[in-house]
Amino acid sequence: MSKGILVLADHTKEVITDVSYEMLGIGRKLADSMNQPLYSLIIGDGAEKFASGFGIADKVFVVADKKIEIAIPELIVQILKKIVTENDISLILVAGTNISSGVGPLLAAKLDYRFIHFCKNLIYENGELMATSQLFGGKIFSETVLNDCKGIFSILPGSFPAEAGKASRFPEIIDIPHPDDGLKIKFKAFIEPEAGDVDVTKESILVSVGRGIGSSDNISIADELVEIIGGAVCASRPIIDQGWLPLSRQIGKSGMIVKPKLYMALGISGAPEHIEGMKDAELIIAVNKDSAAPIFNVAQYGICADIDDIVPMLIDKLKERK
Amino acid sequence: MNILIFIRMVADVVEELKIADDFKSLDIDWIRFRLSETDEHAVEQAILLKEKYGGMVTVIALDAPEVDDALYNALAKGADRAIKICGDWMNFRSPGIAKLFSNYIKDENLLVTQTLIMSGSQAIDDLEGELIYYMGENLNIPTCGIVTSVNYRSDFNLINVYKEFAGGLRGEFEINLPAIIGIQAAEKPPRYIPIAKIRAIMKTAKIEEIDIPDDHISAGKEVNRLLEPEVSGRATMLEGSPDEITAKLIEILSEKAII
Ligand SMILES: Cc1cc2nc3c(=O)[nH]c(=O)nc-3n(C[C@H](O)[C@H](O)[C@H](O)COP(=O)(O)OP(=O)(O)OC[C@H]3O[C@@H](n4cnc5c(N)ncnc54)[C@H](O)[C@@H]3O)c2cc1C
Repeated sequence: MSKGILVLADHTKEVITDVSYEMLGIGRKLADSMNQPLYSLIIGDGAEKFASGFGIADKVFVVADKKIEIAIPELIVQILKKIVTENDISLILVAGTNISSGVGPLLAAKLDYRFIHFCKNLIYENGELMATSQLFGGKIFSETVLNDCKGIFSILPGSFPAEAGKASRFPEIIDIPHPDDGLKIKFKAFIEPEAGDVDVTKESILVSVGRGIGSSDNISIADELVEIIGGAVCASRPIIDQGWLPLSRQIGKSGMIVKPKLYMALGISGAPEHIEGMKDAELIIAVNKDSAAPIFNVAQYGICADIDDIVPMLIDKLKERK
Repeated sequence: MNILIFIRMVADVVEELKIADDFKSLDIDWIRFRLSETDEHAVEQAILLKEKYGGMVTVIALDAPEVDDALYNALAKGADRAIKICGDWMNFRSPGIAKLFSNYIKDENLLVTQTLIMSGSQAIDDLEGELIYYMGENLNIPTCGIVTSVNYRSDFNLINVYKEFAGGLRGEFEINLPAIIGIQAAEKPPRYIPIAKIRAIMKTAKIEEIDIPDDHISAGKEVNRLLEPEVSGRATMLEGSPDEITAKLIEILSEKAII
């Protein structure tokens, strides 16, 4: 039996992401039931100032170095491999975000551990660990049982309560030097997003279009709807990749995170990468012609129908009301 | 530049997915296969690079239902070679696939100084994570995923890529070739190829079918169970005619003080 669980902190541009606390919370729970210590690792220039907020862990390893403009998977894995080996760590949790992506498979390849992606749940029972993952854009779940409780897991943001990972305690902090091994990839610069005409994160009503809208011309019905009910039009990734709407309107993992009063999803399947950006909306209404679309698992109200049969009629009725 | 693209067929999630009787895989008879979406972008990005900098584009795939269509499609777009690795790979997971592909690259001596290997950044069934990182480790070359833009500097034999983070933020990275990158989105949407052009290419071009040595590569561990998502938090469905549905919808919106 090995001796610990480690949570890799996830942060961009000096902000710790919520999923870091989610991982600390579930990490603590697992550590307690498995009777093992909980470690965390924070890498980056200024990392030490985050460490005090990680009191739920028993020990926090910190690699703070001015030279680290951004921690790329190759560097993270160099550091992780050493810590994992020296401390005989069996379980590693990484964030299922773009910033931490790649760490799991790379570390798995180096350590010969198993890596399990897209985790929504982790349960320790009868000496075994079971991971539930969301596959096929959220349409199918998988369960993987690890008898040896050894592995690397990437956690989908929003899977566990972040509150459970926060504590007022001060952790033991261990400074680790920068490995200075030389990296094969060179970071040059951050490229900030261009400011859009509207800031979708500030809108209280969003009408969001997905691939089901069919064509660029059809987006006009969403425009028409927001003209009546207010708010702005936003979209899922394929609409942005097609160039039909600007990047500033993309909702999801790589796009914006929004919490409007109303999020109306038209022809969006509800892939985990999209859900990540809109799950905290107060009211979610989805129109989709596939009754099995995962968007119906996060929406409060669902309409299984063709957009064309519903939205134009809705617009007409709203106009009549005015 | 010598571009190698590794592509893979996945289940089309627009269709209904059925779990097979073993509860560990999808029922093949129900699946409509399509090229993994990010692979489609990888093919487009490769063609864009070829148009800009010249070179040779080779598309390589494991045998799978409907894979020939995807390979002919890539040829019609401008790929120079299409290679199909014959065999039954249905149960192969990312680490095993990476080993197969990496061994193939090594055996054929395809990794030269100007080689850029590409694949989609992630597939919808990548339970073991991104293929490119396993391949990068096997081949000991620089690896970068979630790429949305690639530029080549032939004077230094390096590429400049944009990697996506969150909220529209991206990072620019410089990578020496040979390297492997995972494409998230090509700089332009994948081009549409008319059926007539694909038919024409089917007459003139050929998919090279190859067998690879059995290196006792394991397919990978299977999952214990597949299941449909639990429906606990499911939406209240508004039923009835469009007239009734829209009336209910207006009621809800007004109840919530949105209209
Ligand atoms: C690293 C990474 C980052 C990503 N980042 C993001 C991100 O930031 N944001 C994002 O959105 N995605 C992101 N994705 C992509 C994500 O995985 C999905 O591919 C994407 O969200 C799917 O968009 P969609 O729902 O519009 O399209 P689809 O999944 O194709 O769904 C279209 C839906 O429309 C329905 N439909 C079709 N026609 C009609 C009609 N006439 N009426 C009603 N319904 C109809 C269909 O039933 C289907 O459910 C990312 C992926 C990766 C790998």
